Amino acid sequence: MGEDIAPGAVLDLDELRLPASRHTGRRHILSILVENKPGVLARIAGLFSRRGFNIDTLAVGPTDDGRISRITLTVDGARHPIDQVTKQLHKLVNVLKIRDLEPSETAARELALFKLAAEGEARGQILQFAEIFRGNVIDVSKRSLTVEVTGTDDKIEAFEELVRPYGLIEMVRTGEIAVARGRSTT
Amino acid sequence: MRAVDAIVECLKAEGVDTVFGLPGGANLPTYDALYDGGLRHVLCRHEAGAGHAAEGYAKASGRVGVALATSGPGATNLVTPIADAMLDSVPTVFITGQVRSDLIGTDGFQEADTTGITLPVVKHSILIQDPRDIPKAISEAFHIASTGRPGPVLIDVPQDLSRADIDYEPVDSVSLPGYQPTLEGNAKQIKLAAKALANARRPVIYAGGGVVNANASKELTELCLSDRFPVTCTVMGLGAFPAPHDQWLGMLGMHGTRSANYAMDEADLICAIGARFDDRITGKLSEFAPRAKFIHIDVDPAEISKNVPAHIPIVGDAKRILTKLVREYRALGAERSRLDGWWERIAGWREKHPLGYEDSEDSEIKPQYMIEAMYEATGGEAIVTSDVGQHQMWCAQYYDFPEPRRWINSGGLGTMGFGLPSAMGAQVACPDQTVVCLAGDGSLQMNIQELATCVTENIPVKIFLMNNFYLGMVRQWQELFWDRRYSGVDMGRVPDWVKLAEAYGASGMRATDKGELVDVMKTALTTDGPVLVDVQVTKEENCYPMIPAGKAARDMVG
Repeated sequence: MGEDIAPGAVLDLDELRLPASRHTGRRHILSILVENKPGVLARIAGLFSRRGFNIDTLAVGPTDDGRISRITLTVDGARHPIDQVTKQLHKLVNVLKIRDLEPSETAARELALFKLAAEGEARGQILQFAEIFRGNVIDVSKRSLTVEVTGTDDKIEAFEELVRPYGLIEMVRTGEIAVARGRSTT
Repeated sequence: MRAVDAIVECLKAEGVDTVFGLPGGANLPTYDALYDGGLRHVLCRHEAGAGHAAEGYAKASGRVGVALATSGPGATNLVTPIADAMLDSVPTVFITGQVRSDLIGTDGFQEADTTGITLPVVKHSILIQDPRDIPKAISEAFHIASTGRPGPVLIDVPQDLSRADIDYEPVDSVSLPGYQPTLEGNAKQIKLAAKALANARRPVIYAGGGVVNANASKELTELCLSDRFPVTCTVMGLGAFPAPHDQWLGMLGMHGTRSANYAMDEADLICAIGARFDDRITGKLSEFAPRAKFIHIDVDPAEISKNVPAHIPIVGDAKRILTKLVREYRALGAERSRLDGWWERIAGWREKHPLGYEDSEDSEIKPQYMIEAMYEATGGEAIVTSDVGQHQMWCAQYYDFPEPRRWINSGGLGTMGFGLPSAMGAQVACPDQTVVCLAGDGSLQMNIQELATCVTENIPVKIFLMNNFYLGMVRQWQELFWDRRYSGVDMGRVPDWVKLAEAYGASGMRATDKGELVDVMKTALTTDGPVLVDVQVTKEENCYPMIPAGKAARDMVG
């Protein structure tokens, strides 16, 4: 913003512009490194509820450093000013780093388990869909099939839509995890 | 050494001389260490009193205030002061006892999930799990409480761990990789701000409590005086700019002056410093300062563009940024006469809408007159703490604070009962100064038990009670917006405040005639020990001017 102001004392106040809209309108994947201390997740979850932000998905796990955990969460940028979310998160003492991952520079994956009523002809259809989606059958019984599917959330939703008519007993999803593409760290 | 002895040593190493608190089962070990630990302990009569006293101590001195409480109800009684300290950014450390670690989670006697309950209202909290971590935890707590945007930090210490033996070594440095406040403002942004100020034709400087916290009132004053910038402060910022002064517009916001609010409304550039565009300042957000561009200086990046988008955000310490901004601004050699038209406009408002009230024609004491009398009796030199309500707003309007840290009140949370314990803390921090608690009759009863503390600890605060026998501010809203249906606001005529003061062993006085008021106050100020003066004022007086909630500056009434 400072760059486009001409040198000298003259500055038309009308030249001052606001930063871009705080509501981006897209889904954001935030990758957050936190100190592995008790209560950290509660602090983050509490911050979201207190400030009126909704978490769409949340995944927590260890990193290669035992003292540090990674939280990957997705937030709807249409409903929330994403810079407020990240700035408030930054204020938590145990939060070390936050990265708002650019969709085009990010590889994101989610794992979902689908338990399906698979009897008679349906069984063959479902197995075919699973193959097309590169899913694995991880449990089978006379009256059901459980299929594991990995991919972006779009892919998982597409699979869900396909198999739902065959009798979706239940679905379990992990929430997305993501990593920056290329050599740079997330 | 026992962990609790280490706690006392750590507190002393942090420069603490006084702690406020109340013992109980889970913090018995701490109290044993306090017995001959070399710290002054002020025994309060309620943990909320201890917490607000720590706040008053911190606000008056700028040093970290410390309060202690036991587990369970002791800790939950601290929740209000902790939340208060959070909203007003008061550097405070709260140390609570917790049940034995093997009892945690079993609903043991006097067990409460203290870190959980306080999570939304602390800057940070630490539950001790290993007694060897205690010295580091205390050191971190003081660092976090007092740096960046100050705030409350809680340390919860299970009883068994506090008795453990540890090897105590003083902690000489703090390493918190996730906590690195930005202090130096961006140089390019500061230059840009200077240019914007130099080109503004209708500028206003809007300063908040952050200026007081940053000890930057000298620098703020220099900025204002480096040109003829009109300046207004929030209720938290009063005193940051020395009042009265030609360039002083008075407080802004819901009960601010018309000149301050109209100037904000017509400004082309508003420079906000350590202020957070609270709803009591902006009123209806969509109509707030519609013509203005905003410079926003704050140490907390999350405040920038939270409520009002900033054109020139500058994150950092107000003192450092203002020092540079003044230098940059002076170098530009702005034409002072460009503000002539603006000052004419402001002068017009001042003349047409001065702050004022209709005084009584008999001996009745108008509440506004009571503040003027207080100003006269104290020579404007006292530290004044306040409760919350009409009296607080009248004081903010009619008492000119010449220096920061003279006006101590609960602005963000609006905690009734804040006045007396915070006066106690301020008096302990500043034993040589006159400390006056301006109380309301609703608020004072919420922590009146601390009068006992004042008496036994010989803390000579002077309580000037503005007594209208009502919860006055609520009554005012009911009168104006709820069709005079006075619901739940009549306090009756109890207690007899003079007798109550005497029952506690303090001096009690009463004033009902405006002709004698200044003299009664002067007598109170020269009487030894704590004094309570029951000043009976007009029962139904409204605090004006006022921007009704959700309205804009132009809609001011009264």
